[in-house]
Amino acid sequence: MNEKYINTGNKDTRSGFGAGLLEAGRKNPEIVALCADLTGSLKMDAFAAEFPDRFVQCGIAEANMIGTAAGLAVSGKIPFAGSFAEFVTGRVYDQVRQVVAYSHTNVKICASHAGITLGEDGATHQTMEDIGLMRMLPNLTVINPCDYNQTMAATLAIAEYEGPVYLRFGRPSVPNFTPAGQKFEIGKAITLIEGSDVTIFATGHLVWEAIVAAGILEKEGISAELINIHTIKPLDEKAVLESAAKTGAVVTAEEHLIAGGMGELIAGLLARELPKPVEFVAVDDLFGQSGEPSELMKVYGLDAENIVKAAKKAIERK
Amino acid sequence: MEQKPTLREISCQIRRDIVRMVNMAGSGHPGGSLSSTDLLTVLFFDQLNHSPKSWRRDGKGKDMFFLSAGHLSPVFYSVLARSGYFPVSELATFRKLGSRLQGHPSIERGLPGVHMASGSLGQGLSVACGAAITKMLNGEKNFIYVLMGDGESEEGQVWEAAMFAAHHKLDRIIAVTDWNGQQIDGPVSKIMNLGNLEAKWNAFGWETSVVDGHNLEAIAEAYRKAKANTGNGKPKMLLMKTEMGQDVDFMQGTHQWHGKAPNKEQTEVALKQLKETLGDF
Repeated sequence: MNEKYINTGNKDTRSGFGAGLLEAGRKNPEIVALCADLTGSLKMDAFAAEFPDRFVQCGIAEANMIGTAAGLAVSGKIPFAGSFAEFVTGRVYDQVRQVVAYSHTNVKICASHAGITLGEDGATHQTMEDIGLMRMLPNLTVINPCDYNQTMAATLAIAEYEGPVYLRFGRPSVPNFTPAGQKFEIGKAITLIEGSDVTIFATGHLVWEAIVAAGILEKEGISAELINIHTIKPLDEKAVLESAAKTGAVVTAEEHLIAGGMGELIAGLLARELPKPVEFVAVDDLFGQSGEPSELMKVYGLDAENIVKAAKKAIERK
Repeated sequence: MEQKPTLREISCQIRRDIVRMVNMAGSGHPGGSLSSTDLLTVLFFDQLNHSPKSWRRDGKGKDMFFLSAGHLSPVFYSVLARSGYFPVSELATFRKLGSRLQGHPSIERGLPGVHMASGSLGQGLSVACGAAITKMLNGEKNFIYVLMGDGESEEGQVWEAAMFAAHHKLDRIIAVTDWNGQQIDGPVSKIMNLGNLEAKWNAFGWETSVVDGHNLEAIAEAYRKAKANTGNGKPKMLLMKTEMGQDVDFMQGTHQWHGKAPNKEQTEVALKQLKETLGDF
């Protein structure tokens, strides 16, 4: 375990979003929140209670919610539209495409319960395709913070950024370890651990697993560099290329399918600019299933142990 | 002194523009454009609180118009140009490479008058709901207009928005359906019967009127009435009974001209039926 990063107590990233939304709402009266009958799950209830006029209940009608958010945005408001990740991506892809991305409206799509760690509800609700779907859309910024503090900071940052954003966060309580109040810079990767043998690029819940993995590798005499890719689009290409050039071997780790994920994005960049061995820690062409989040992470190979294996394999392939 | 053209003269010129634009582009949607020409002419030249020369995308302090049925771009662009949003000569670029007049409306090249991209159907009413909430929060007393097709109301999202607007009492939304009874594959009644459209909107909590969509005075009166009834908490739906291809005999009343361009000879025949009142672009 790297001593630099201490878990200050498990918290869910969706609560970081809820806290960030409330604070952003207090700072800026133009911020409006919309939800499709999942206000409690999204932790938007504090905002709704404090700003009832600026909270828009949409009922179970996500397509209309996205259109309404676009209408609010075009007329000058800053709408944060929230639901489960699957229901604000796959379910409403064409709406997001036409009136958010193509129309360049200042809509913040807030996607909770992303990935397999949604858990017991099973595969109908667990999207592992959303990063791919969203990053394919021109104009859209895609952000996947790693813990409570960073999700709160990201929420505040996107409130000040002019343009459409997809903000992805999750349901389970996970280690909270990034500094409270750390400024969130969209598109600027954060190097968490410096190393020389292999680089791990991690995003979302996998960042903590990568910290654990780096600790295990260190004990075995392998120096891993760890970079938190909280912004998937625009990708911090400079950070990726510099680190890959330094270590010569790459692991990507994310709670997503390999198809369309951050790993493919990084691999594509390296293929064009700086070919290096890349190992993917992600899910390969499968739907999820019911189970406890931690069990599912293990079963689908989204854990520290698998990151360690991938790192060794990437180094062997140098 | 130059006399102000009548609404009938304006709508006649707009119909000429539509036929010529679609012919010059070799593609586009004349049928629905011709059916909705009169209701848009009355809106833009008589009823809408707008300022074409100082148009803002955010619509601050003004009424806002959203075209939900984006394929009606020929009539939309002509109405905008003839209202002074951009030069009439630009209509010649419709559907051409690099044009601001994309096949379906887009905001990417900054065409004045277009608040939102449309074309993928069923989304405009939702957008109108959002704009109406902004106006409500800002205390602005403007109206939000949206034009939809009857075939378009087969999209489920339309009814999500219908429920939403009534629930949130967005009574400054004035929606218009170009009820021409035709869609690409044939008559709406045969393709996907909408049943009693008036009863449907009423059941969703809207104030609904059925209007003769080619009678300019009846159209104006419908808009006036809709505006006068704000404060009753009900969004307004004006079901405008129209004819696909109105005023061009061989296009009229058939779905065949939904999305087809007339050739040179057909264009000549059509233009003979439409008087050049304001000068062609």
